[in-house]
Amino acid sequence: MIWLPFLVSEHWWDLRDLGNLSREILELIERGLGSEVAYIVSPLIGFVASFLLFVLPTQLYLGVYGERRLIGRMQSRLGPNRVGKFGLLQPIADAIKLIQKEAITPRGADRWVMWTAPVVFVAPAVLVWAVIPFGPNMVIADLPTGLVYYLAVAALPVLAAFMAGWSSNNKYSLFGAMRVVAMAISYEVALVLALLGVVLFTQTLSLQEIILWQRDLDIWLVFLQPLAFIIYFISASAELNRTPTDIAEAESEIVAGYLTEYSGMKWGLFYGMDIGYAIAAAAFGSTVFLGGWSFFGLEEWVPPWLILIVKTQLFYFVFIWTRGTLPRLRIDQLMGLAWKYLLPLAAVNLLVVAAERLWWKEAELGDGIVYLFAAINIVLAVVLLVGWARALGYRPERVRTRPRLVKEPLGYVPADSSAGGGQ
Amino acid sequence: MIEGTGPALAFWGLSALTLVSAGGVIVSRNLFHAVLFLVLAFIGIAGFFLLLSAEFLAMAQIVIYVGAIAVLMLYAIVLTPRAGRDNRETWMAVPALFVAVGLAAVLLFAIHDTDWAKSARAYVLSAGELGRELLGTWVLPFQLASVLLTAALVGAVMLVRSPEEERKEEEE
Repeated sequence: MIWLPFLVSEHWWDLRDLGNLSREILELIERGLGSEVAYIVSPLIGFVASFLLFVLPTQLYLGVYGERRLIGRMQSRLGPNRVGKFGLLQPIADAIKLIQKEAITPRGADRWVMWTAPVVFVAPAVLVWAVIPFGPNMVIADLPTGLVYYLAVAALPVLAAFMAGWSSNNKYSLFGAMRVVAMAISYEVALVLALLGVVLFTQTLSLQEIILWQRDLDIWLVFLQPLAFIIYFISASAELNRTPTDIAEAESEIVAGYLTEYSGMKWGLFYGMDIGYAIAAAAFGSTVFLGGWSFFGLEEWVPPWLILIVKTQLFYFVFIWTRGTLPRLRIDQLMGLAWKYLLPLAAVNLLVVAAERLWWKEAELGDGIVYLFAAINIVLAVVLLVGWARALGYRPERVRTRPRLVKEPLGYVPADSSAGGGQ
Repeated sequence: MIEGTGPALAFWGLSALTLVSAGGVIVSRNLFHAVLFLVLAFIGIAGFFLLLSAEFLAMAQIVIYVGAIAVLMLYAIVLTPRAGRDNRETWMAVPALFVAVGLAAVLLFAIHDTDWAKSARAYVLSAGELGRELLGTWVLPFQLASVLLTAALVGAVMLVRSPEEERKEEEE
């Protein structure tokens, strides 16, 4: 292979792969101060590199500012535009306001649990980033079971939300907490089954190896597993309590769910880390389904972490988009969606993948067969999604049910109520 | 035994965490607090699994015990009237003590009788090995556990059926 000077190299000064720099720093520390210090410093480097340099800025600017501006645009209003140029300083102003606001603890509340709940909520949001690879050498802990690690850590905030809801000693908080748990338990099943399909294809639980598998075969898993991708997207947005599925903190029903009694920066931590988890889910989704830091060879020219960041933000944009467009679902509709729609589809998907993988292995087919599998699975995904929805009675509404303005004497034509819209 | 300062520190830290939180489970009057302490103890155990380089087991411990079982326990406590706050002394402490001592005796017996040097060499607890063992050598107990869980699920559904539904079914 010819050496090209502009390809991403392994020199420490090549900032296109920050893993080289951190490895160099760690080796220096290990030589100078011993392995004990390096043992403690290495997670700090990872924390600074991933969380402080990427996650926190993204949280502030895409999550707090960008999300509000984009949703404002989608709903034909302006969004924050007063503080600073284009309202760019709004997240900073919000943070200052939240920090100086009094954090009230109600008299009947369980003081200790209420105080620990935000702490328990924040810690996993930082820990999640340990296994997300930002580049060939840029991963804090390349665990052989990174995928399970992500699922394990992402299950912890449910506990924190439950603690918050129970300790507030408020019935709306308790309702919110119970809904969080009900949603998490229901959607976790479909989510894990969908990810199992991915794992069956790649034969590994390590996120880095999943990316390498996708890069070697020049195909993203979203094409091989479109059904799993859709199930992942819906389940993740349900577990994150984002708006089409945010009945756990639905302000029009139960005030703010488990957040009702929180104020000041304690509330701010919940709010900020909700966005943090959504960004983590976006990063995880783009790692598993969209090839992570690889982009069909482009990663050898531009920084791999930049590719991952762009993918993560586009993924997160889709989260914002659904939030700005879709109305909130009822709890029975959400439970029905999880158990009657997503779960059977995930199980069928798993069976299909297992059959394909077995055929691939037993017949000793070449790697080119994945393109055939991709074609089969895309067709199958469309057929299954539409067919199973029809079988359950979810039907797209073809009659116009929205009121519309027309230039006629009556002007405003109401929705056609005689044509029943099915579900 | 333990090599390096880091693992040693981690071992003692995790031991302290697990023991203190296990003590908290027993001492705390509030059932909700007891379950939260239990969660901490589970996390400590997961840390021990990590120290023994059985990282898949550690993840499974957190997913199943912290993510599912503890949360369901909390759910059960919240749904039980008067279980949540400030429990007094009960005579149930006596049978509980007997069960605990009995269980500890069985475990100590098992620990004493196991040849640790041999068994430590025999197993490598990576995810792949674990899966092969579960679905190969131990497939029958594995399947039996699944059947048991399914039976429990069906039983739970039967228990929570409302009287109206039962009446409706009888009429049909």
